[in-house]
Amino acid sequence: MKVLSVDGATGRVNSGGIELDIGLDLVEGVRVGDYVIVHAGYAISQLSEEEARETLDILSRIELAGEQP
Amino acid sequence: MSSLHQESQGLLAELARHPDRPMAFMEVCGTHTMAAARCGLHALLPDHIRLVSGPGCPVCVTPVGFIDHALALAALPDVTIVTFGDLLRVPGSRRSDDKAPPSLQHARATGADVRIVYSSSDALKIASDEPQRQIVFLGVGFETTVPTIAATAKRAQAGAIPNFSILGAHKTIPEAMLVLATMGELGLNGFLCPGHVSAIIGPEAYEPLASEHGIPCAIAGFEPVEMLRGIASLHNQVLTESPAVDNNYPAVVRPGGNAKARQVMTDVFEPCDGAWRGVGVIPHSGLQFRDEFREYDAAHRFDVELPPPVEPAGCRCGDVLRGLIQPQECELFGKACRPESPHGACMVSSEGSCAARFHFAQGDW
Repeated sequence: MKVLSVDGATGRVNSGGIELDIGLDLVEGVRVGDYVIVHAGYAISQLSEEEARETLDILSRIELAGEQP
Repeated sequence: MSSLHQESQGLLAELARHPDRPMAFMEVCGTHTMAAARCGLHALLPDHIRLVSGPGCPVCVTPVGFIDHALALAALPDVTIVTFGDLLRVPGSRRSDDKAPPSLQHARATGADVRIVYSSSDALKIASDEPQRQIVFLGVGFETTVPTIAATAKRAQAGAIPNFSILGAHKTIPEAMLVLATMGELGLNGFLCPGHVSAIIGPEAYEPLASEHGIPCAIAGFEPVEMLRGIASLHNQVLTESPAVDNNYPAVVRPGGNAKARQVMTDVFEPCDGAWRGVGVIPHSGLQFRDEFREYDAAHRFDVELPPPVEPAGCRCGDVLRGLIQPQECELFGKACRPESPHGACMVSSEGSCAARFHFAQGDW
């Protein structure tokens, strides 16, 4: 999920078009534009944009494959 | 044909090359169990490669006595139970005069205040919004979830929120893996290690399994091709007799794991013996509140009497959780025990082996 804003220990992320507030208590130095893995309301891992793109690419290809008969 | 499809076909062909070498690998994580069932991975693998489910569904390994404890707290006046949804339908001890096994869902239907949340931080918000209620969060999970609950406990302390507490059944995974590997009854050839737990504890946590006990370990993501990469790595480690910890999920699992999350966890909790349903007590696999946080321990705050727990008759969750039998080998499976009328937790949780098999095998068991 992409981080849209950071306010202290709370971050707002975009998850498939939905905006969520998550805790940043468990990660260091997250900035706007970073990608994070979120579990039970808290970011537990950071990803570089390149790494996140690779995963999002896999997911979008799976979605596309699902749409084809 | 997509490159992912080609890669999967290549990995499956590689795995099929040595039919004279039967192997059994355990997927330790409930999310892997569910993902494997959803994509039909068991059917895709060659017959001589078995993938068995392990004890990695936190709800499933939580002893019946924990549900009994939660039910006893739910019956107290002014107490609100707040939980992840998976626990709602897990049966507690069925006493002789019960028409049906008790559960939190049943308690809610008969007047108890039981609410479902997505995060422990939601439970803390309820506590802050409703100071007249005692809010008890049911903390169940492994190293992925425990730091989030610990972070919420620290927030409760920092915000001086007195009406919040946690009933905990938290556990740590590597100790259970070691017990299963050394029991010998399974004849395991390797572990498909969990993705997100590993993001916290780091690949190093499995080193003793590989280096001291010679057990191949491969960390994998949750897409079908990612699981296949992990299985192919285990297969190769067995064939080349070179057990190691192979990280196939490097984008998420970093060397050293997430030190900050582990620090938050150890600020709040310390190791203790942990009771695993079906496995028994495993030394140092549980987590208890440190003295500084004891006031947030619901077991400490509320004094309730708990009769000895009663396991559901005929339920073989314990054998399923240790990988000794497949879900369909339990006599209750699909008959008396179904998702709408579960006898054991493995049929309740979305990550349970029995539920996964029931939903995705489409009657083919």
